[in-house]
Amino acid sequence: MDFNDTKDEAAYRAQVRGWLDKNAVRKADAKDLPVPKTLEEVLKQSKDWQAKKASAGYACITWPKEWGGGGGTTIQNVIYGQEEANYAVPGGVFAIGLGMCIPTLMAFGSEEAKKRYVGPAVRGDEIWCQLFSEPAGGSDVAGLRTRAEKDGDEWVINGQKVWTSGAHYSDFGILLTRTDPTVPKHKGLTMFYIDMKSPGVEVRPIKQMSGGADFNEVFFTNLRVKDSQRLGKVGEGWKVALTTLMNERLAVGGSQGNADTDDLIELARETEIAGKPAIDNGAVRERIADWYVQAQGLKFTRFRTLTALSRGETPGPESSISKIVAAKKMQDLGSFGMDLQDMGGVIRDRSISPAEGAYTEQWIGAAGYRIAGGTDEILRNIVAERVLGMPQDVRVDKDLPFNQAPKGK
Amino acid sequence: MNFDFSDDQKLLKEQVRKFLTDKCSYAVPRRILDSDEPYAKEVWKGLVEMGLTGTAIPEAYGGLGLGALELCVIAEELGRAVAPVPFSSSVYLASEAIKLFGTEKQKQTWLPKLASGEIIGTFAISEGLHAPSAHNTRTSFAGGKVNGVKTPVADGDIADVAVVVVNAGGKDKVSLAIVDLKGAGVSREVLRTLDPTRSHAAVTFKDAPAELMDSAGDGWSQVSRILDGAAVLFAFEQVGGAEAALEMARDYSLERYAFGRQIGSYQAIKHKLADIYVKKELAKSNAYFGAMMLNDEGSELPEAAAASRIAGNDAYVFAAQESLQTHGGIGYTWEANTQFHYRRAKLLALAVGASVQWKEKLVQRLEAKNAA
Repeated sequence: MDFNDTKDEAAYRAQVRGWLDKNAVRKADAKDLPVPKTLEEVLKQSKDWQAKKASAGYACITWPKEWGGGGGTTIQNVIYGQEEANYAVPGGVFAIGLGMCIPTLMAFGSEEAKKRYVGPAVRGDEIWCQLFSEPAGGSDVAGLRTRAEKDGDEWVINGQKVWTSGAHYSDFGILLTRTDPTVPKHKGLTMFYIDMKSPGVEVRPIKQMSGGADFNEVFFTNLRVKDSQRLGKVGEGWKVALTTLMNERLAVGGSQGNADTDDLIELARETEIAGKPAIDNGAVRERIADWYVQAQGLKFTRFRTLTALSRGETPGPESSISKIVAAKKMQDLGSFGMDLQDMGGVIRDRSISPAEGAYTEQWIGAAGYRIAGGTDEILRNIVAERVLGMPQDVRVDKDLPFNQAPKGK
Repeated sequence: MNFDFSDDQKLLKEQVRKFLTDKCSYAVPRRILDSDEPYAKEVWKGLVEMGLTGTAIPEAYGGLGLGALELCVIAEELGRAVAPVPFSSSVYLASEAIKLFGTEKQKQTWLPKLASGEIIGTFAISEGLHAPSAHNTRTSFAGGKVNGVKTPVADGDIADVAVVVVNAGGKDKVSLAIVDLKGAGVSREVLRTLDPTRSHAAVTFKDAPAELMDSAGDGWSQVSRILDGAAVLFAFEQVGGAEAALEMARDYSLERYAFGRQIGSYQAIKHKLADIYVKKELAKSNAYFGAMMLNDEGSELPEAAAASRIAGNDAYVFAAQESLQTHGGIGYTWEANTQFHYRRAKLLALAVGASVQWKEKLVQRLEAKNAA
């Protein structure tokens, strides 16, 4: 056992590093670089960087070259990600579009649509968002109510989406709608792609508990969409959505920038419990040990998955544990870091709080991370059903026409 | 990235699993539980005939000359089968201790017999109802004789030879000594324990003839190294056991109906079993790193062993407890097989030291690294 690259992997890594050195600045040398101040500046930087990557074959590494990809392997994609993480480059705004929306379009869109949209998305000219969740359909996405009604060779769409990441800067989106409320819920759905700048689309940012606004509500009022913008058959939207959602876990970000056990050891040296260094307290020591073991477990679970990819095998289901463990650990460790500061733990100020305020920020952020991309509870259902082969819950609305199923307000 | 076992090692694992599936169903630990037999001799004999007792012993001393990784895959299968055999005492502890810290003559004397299964070895460290340390070791060595009481000693009733942690003079210092348990001055008393499928004894030494092992190094460091290695191997037993307990609970949850549906369709059960899976995978991933460090004698072995131990203890005890719980009342009966994991999980969680001790050891290492 070792953590070494194969010969091919090492060669690819060297090639990637050489390219990054020429085209980007290492994080260690990036302290004096200007930080983008406005959304426009962030988007401009992101698009410029994506275009560079695309021209070098590093955007969508695993996609075929004919679609603007790199024609590479999954492990090459991982290696690129590992290397890019050492450089100060913009990231994020294309993740949902390229990770979920465009793969769906490639699977279900017409040749014409693929020719029109895939290239610009890979090059970063256009940004996509995913319009699935609704106020009445989060974990139970298929309970959504946004209506699409046929009118000639067009559809008229009315309703509301929520938690839509990046809707405020997206050019296009894929939209899951209900086209037939008289059949059971999974059978009456249809998928479309839409132009986010169309009349009848209104985006309103949602202010989160953290103070940031990464998500939006999106309202549709008599939005008119051509039938040619349909992805998959009428009534088969759920099947299309599953293609999209399969990729969601991979597209939801990790938890970089959080405090970990090393930070906690330092903090415990500087703080006291009953007049003695906190690091000497058994309760503190036990928690440090537990979180270290969890962090190592997550790291080496990732290594097991990478090993399978490196050997050209299909990874086992072990990576399904990652977010369940990581999100709760992020919350608990953040909370405990504040506890060690005792009354001072209430202060939320990066300039004076330990680890640049990481404990407070990760504790606040973890509340969202435990929900985004599958709640802790849904992820446990997924492990139980897909990994352990246990049955689905009884679903009282499964066979009822959607318009007769029990609903909340 | 090459963080998995090789095809040969996976093949060995399959062979051991096949043997244990055939020869060591739950009927075997049940037989040991219900009788005075200290261990399943026919299973032990089969393991010996496969050459497994000599797996990591060099060929020069009659072994197969393989490494720690091969031992790890064997351990996982022994754990899965809750095998009632003295493999851990004889192989992970006694053989490894002599291989690491025995004199050349001691290796020549003992390792071939341990490899061939002609004798069974054990490791005697505990002296009662507290964690052993260099400070509290009372068993003494002087003038070629050992005096004192070690308890509990796993397989102490059946073992032929023991590596014994002794004080050979000097405050808070320990050494390792080899004692022929069939020789003079040794008496043993079988103990009643929480898991009768693995026998334990109190072993009393009264002027028992003994030989010190390599006394050049620091004795407690040697003890720690032996325990680190065993912790990794026990972690694989724990992963195997946790997996078996999880499968048992899953299967039962599919066949048992309550309120008109399979109990496995209730989220209370699904989430419980998902939690077992999560802990089991965390334990497995930590154990893999432990295996790698053990195999390479890597500098991070102490942290890796401690993490393997802590995660392994947590996963198997949780799996065994919640597997029994999933079975409801039937799980608490003598006829149910859930008890084998319930007992073995706690036994293993104590065997080379409880989590509370290993967590302290781990944090001391992390503090030292963090200060560096």
